[in-house]
Amino acid sequence: MTLAETLDMRAGEGAAVVLRGATVLDPVAGIEGVHDIVVREGRIAELAAPGAAVEGLEEVDAAGLHAFPAFFDPHVHLRVPGQEHKEDIETGSRAAAAGGYCGVIAMANTEPPVSTPADVEALREAARESASVPVGFLATVTRAMAGEELTEMGSLRDAGALGFSDDGLPIRSARVLRRALQYQQLCGGTIALHEEDPELSGDGVMHEGPVSAVLGLAGIPSISESTMIARDAAIAGYEGGRIHVQHLSAAESVEAVRAAKAVGVQISAEASPHHLCLTEEELRSLDPHRFKMNPPLRSESDRQALIAGLRDGTVECVATDHAPHAAEEKDLPFEQAAMGVTGLETAFAALHTELVLPGTIELDLLVERLAGGAAPFGLERPTLAPDSEANIALCDLGAEWTVGEQGYESRSANSWCAGRRLTGRVVMTLAGGQIAYRLRSFSLGVAA
Amino acid sequence: MKHLLAIEDLDRAEIEAILDRAESFAEVGRRDIKKVPTLRGRTVVSLFYEASTRTSASFELAAKRLSADLISLKAAGSSVDKGESLKDTCATLSAYDPAAIVIRHPYAGAAQLVAGWSEAAVVNAGDGKHEHPSQALLDLFTLRRRLGPVEGRRIWIVGDVLHSRVARSNLIAFQAMGAEVTLCGPPALIPRGIEQLGCAVTHSLDGLGEADVVYALRLQRERMAESFVPSIREYAAHFQIDSRRLGRNQLLMHPGPVNRGVELSGEAIDSPQSLIGEQVASGLVVRMAILYELLAAAGGERPAPAEQAPTPMGQPA
Repeated sequence: MTLAETLDMRAGEGAAVVLRGATVLDPVAGIEGVHDIVVREGRIAELAAPGAAVEGLEEVDAAGLHAFPAFFDPHVHLRVPGQEHKEDIETGSRAAAAGGYCGVIAMANTEPPVSTPADVEALREAARESASVPVGFLATVTRAMAGEELTEMGSLRDAGALGFSDDGLPIRSARVLRRALQYQQLCGGTIALHEEDPELSGDGVMHEGPVSAVLGLAGIPSISESTMIARDAAIAGYEGGRIHVQHLSAAESVEAVRAAKAVGVQISAEASPHHLCLTEEELRSLDPHRFKMNPPLRSESDRQALIAGLRDGTVECVATDHAPHAAEEKDLPFEQAAMGVTGLETAFAALHTELVLPGTIELDLLVERLAGGAAPFGLERPTLAPDSEANIALCDLGAEWTVGEQGYESRSANSWCAGRRLTGRVVMTLAGGQIAYRLRSFSLGVAA
Repeated sequence: MKHLLAIEDLDRAEIEAILDRAESFAEVGRRDIKKVPTLRGRTVVSLFYEASTRTSASFELAAKRLSADLISLKAAGSSVDKGESLKDTCATLSAYDPAAIVIRHPYAGAAQLVAGWSEAAVVNAGDGKHEHPSQALLDLFTLRRRLGPVEGRRIWIVGDVLHSRVARSNLIAFQAMGAEVTLCGPPALIPRGIEQLGCAVTHSLDGLGEADVVYALRLQRERMAESFVPSIREYAAHFQIDSRRLGRNQLLMHPGPVNRGVELSGEAIDSPQSLIGEQVASGLVVRMAILYELLAAAGGERPAPAEQAPTPMGQPA
């Protein structure tokens, strides 16, 4: 089943386009070379030799541009229902398309949380009305995210919930998580976990370390994350359950996931672009718009451990944890401001600038990990192999741009990259077989 | 110097300049008429979101001694009570065109935000557990008068460092002036990683004898409920500065208000080595010096507004 068939998006015409002379790179499918990508009725018809004669298709000059399998983000906040002043399905999915994504998974910590089959059905209907890219929805593990009673996981799955998560909050009770994993045997659906022991994180607002010591801000120690991962991996191993660990931030956490994988636990993990690019040092600015999120930015050694995890596959995917907030929720003293930053529109460009260009990781690894978020939720990995659904991110690796200068597709502006100069930009996205995005200057023929 | 937001922003020369200026205001304080016309026609806003006695009283008196017009606002009873955000409060106050805003706020970075939202010079009078730069300056002033330069002196800061903005500002200020600083307290009350600032950390008063100055911090009683310390009694047994622990040649300081019988014994407070009273007196002249440096010293001058025609009644000012 393709992404468009499994997830929900706005109905539209299948793309009919030829991307002329693109440098095609799909490391998982083993495709690398300059091709004309021929897309008919929303599917990749063929990777033709440059200059091939094709009829009846829009021509796009992709010479000098790179075509990758479009990216997949297993962790975004679209804020519907209840917080449409921050984001909605239309704006959030447009941000995803602008970032080169062909699919996203929306978290369930909305107001109220997504806890009933009717909630899921309403969201899927809304996505069919307004989503530019295929969107999947998680439901909460516990009713109202209270951490006490399970939701009707079976009915939620029947209604189309892709999986389950109380993201935003950990599942405090080991008993409740165990019951959910037992029930998972009946209904399926990966359980995605926000790992944090609130007893240890307390009222912390940033990483506990030398910078929090100087700023006088309450710290969130790394062990508040890693001890919960170790606990939950042990429970999942015992029950044979399938878990996905969200937004790893600490070296100890990478180690805990690695150890669980080594003994055969069905566990996957994600890391966010901001944790891969930034450290606690940024907090010295006390800027909550760009640098306040949970889990917090940690030390340089944690960042290096995340990169090592990305490299060896302990961390199989990049997830943005795109968390839009309105200006008035961020224009506050650091401790009072909302947690979270947006990331969909900048993930590729930021990681390309900060990790690929300096030689820290290779371009193929980045491309592979940016699409690695589909498999943990049982979805087909986006690919450029012929006869696949067209899910393509067309990127100009040399384009330089300043984030936020021309505004955002997202309704919110709390991008951790705001004001940064980045190199590499998505100029066109095909998602679920449709043309989801074109950079304006590119479609006008100004860029490239 | 446009604002005073953090000791971290000041170098040694800037600190010395403020202390020298304070010295000249100490002279003014000995006159019969203790007021100077320096800030006549300029407005100082004192905006306190947290309870304060010494800091608010001395900043307000400092502004009056400099002949500024003073607006004094407490969070309780103002529009803050009605849910107005800090940003909106700033916008409201900016309509009065203040030359300076002195702000105390329960959260770190609040003064820095106000500096970004307002044209006024901003003085941080305490932001969360982050910094309290005017306290550090008045403590340096007090020490300089009693000891001379603190260069090479050993200063122990004892107690609840974790929750203390005074500890942070003073650590940085003492080090900037060349003193060697040791932080001492129970492990849970010393922030992890603070030693990276170049100070020593110890969890026992055993080596206290080496200190030239003992700077005790306030221990709030609620720390017990949060298991930072098992009991006030046990804290006092290990960390109270009393006349037995305080040597004859050691000086004792405390930012106030003191918990008598907790971090300090009564005798220690009242001992001749105690500088606590002098710290309060220094507060006034140092805060006059801060306002002067920000508003009247070279670079801070603005054309005097005194001769402008008054705005007719009924028109917006």
